[in-house]
Amino acid sequence: MLGDFDAAEEAVQDAFAVALERWPADGVPDNPGAWITRVARNRAIDRLRRERTLAAKRPELEALVALRAEESFGDPAAPGREAEEAGGDDVLRLVFTCCHPALAPESRVALTLRTLGGLSTAEIARAFLVSEPAMAQRLVRAKRKIRDARIPYEVPPPGQLEERLGSVLATIYLIFNEGYLASGSESLTRGELCSEAVRLGRMLAEVMPGRPEVVALLALMLLHDSRRAARTGVDGELVLLADQDRSLWDAERIGEGLKLAETARAWGPRPYVLEALIAAEHARAPTAADTDWERIVRLYAWLAELNPSPVVELNRAVAVAMARGPAEGLALIDAIDGLGAYGPYHVARADLLRRLEHPEAVAAYERAVELAANPVERAFLERRLAEARGSTPRA
Amino acid sequence: MKYMLTLISEEGGWDDVTPEQMQAEMSRWEAFGKELEQAGAFIAGEGLQESATATTVRLEGDERLVTDGPFAETKEQVGGFYLLECENLDEAIAWAKKVPLSGGGIEVRPVMDYTQYGYEEPQAAEASS
Repeated sequence: MLGDFDAAEEAVQDAFAVALERWPADGVPDNPGAWITRVARNRAIDRLRRERTLAAKRPELEALVALRAEESFGDPAAPGREAEEAGGDDVLRLVFTCCHPALAPESRVALTLRTLGGLSTAEIARAFLVSEPAMAQRLVRAKRKIRDARIPYEVPPPGQLEERLGSVLATIYLIFNEGYLASGSESLTRGELCSEAVRLGRMLAEVMPGRPEVVALLALMLLHDSRRAARTGVDGELVLLADQDRSLWDAERIGEGLKLAETARAWGPRPYVLEALIAAEHARAPTAADTDWERIVRLYAWLAELNPSPVVELNRAVAVAMARGPAEGLALIDAIDGLGAYGPYHVARADLLRRLEHPEAVAAYERAVELAANPVERAFLERRLAEARGSTPRA
Repeated sequence: MKYMLTLISEEGGWDDVTPEQMQAEMSRWEAFGKELEQAGAFIAGEGLQESATATTVRLEGDERLVTDGPFAETKEQVGGFYLLECENLDEAIAWAKKVPLSGGGIEVRPVMDYTQYGYEEPQAAEASS
């Protein structure tokens, strides 16, 4: 077995290079995954043998450098995408290593995108608003820690699998969420990050079948992503869920997402399953007015039981406001502690105050504008703030 | 691979402890030590006296300045360590999770392997010189 992360990563990428050369001429083998794994393993053994020899013979070190340059290992443009088709075991080991809890969350994200995603270092750097050298450095540091601290390149044993899978799912969801509401980006979304996250989710569902939270996360991402085109107007401005042109929603993604959400539901309630079912409620409603908000309230209450957090409470309060009126929702929001620096808290609170025609809406919008990290969202909130200011004299 | 587990926590809190509580505390550490030895992971490990007993030698240019107190005056201080032999980081983390510390944290760090830079093991170097 390949026990080394770097060797495995390079070997898998190597194997694809061989596949690209041979398959057009020889035809695609019956079992491409197994073929890739076998080739990758042979290549890794070759490489280890080669490296051992070269380490022993110092004069040949230069030859190795030249050889590596020729074969363009670690080339930022080299596709990682094809790892998707690699043997499932190798992919799984890579996923768990990239998302190891001993790595910082931003390193997990970068490493996962680079190793298993289809983005180059430059693209990942752009998506996270850091320079390319800084991102390259982050990747190098993470790989160095994997090697030097000996983070095992393996699928965790059953006793640790649940916890470690949680870290993998959180990493993929983090990638999705950064794409869904991009911080600091000129546009509202970063579609490439959403697409990457969905692709990673799909890949994980393939190599880890029968896992409800894996299926649910994929469903959740598909259902959210289905609204991508409707979430911004002609000038790139933010369009709220209630005002979206639902004919712009991606019916194919919705269909697949709903089906997966149903599959996951049959396996029992879990946090991601409930979130997927909530997203499914929105996707299913032909118009905003048809949304079954009472059902969404129940799902959030359930989620709060499984996974109590102030953010879940906030979402539940918003659903309550939609189902039973803004006053009841506001009372719940005001009872939440610990979200003073959380933008969405102030956005939701401001909206309810606005609907109640309460003068405090101005202060709430001011705070929401202050905390908005995305310019498109900020512009929307500034419009609302101006409206609120215009209507305050009556108070 | 060797890993160093550095135990860092707030000091004190032992003034009002009954002999029974002290006994229970000691037996937790003994049990942990025994488990480490039985697994063949234990290389070394000690608890340290309070940081009030520490002396720091500071290097100021060519000067060696002797000062009273620990290297950094923080609320949480190094209180002990383990040097363990583990297969990988996961194994070291698993041991760190079992350290019977009641507060603070445990830093897990791999020990430098000089042989990977072409140096001999220190013992081997001594023997050959």
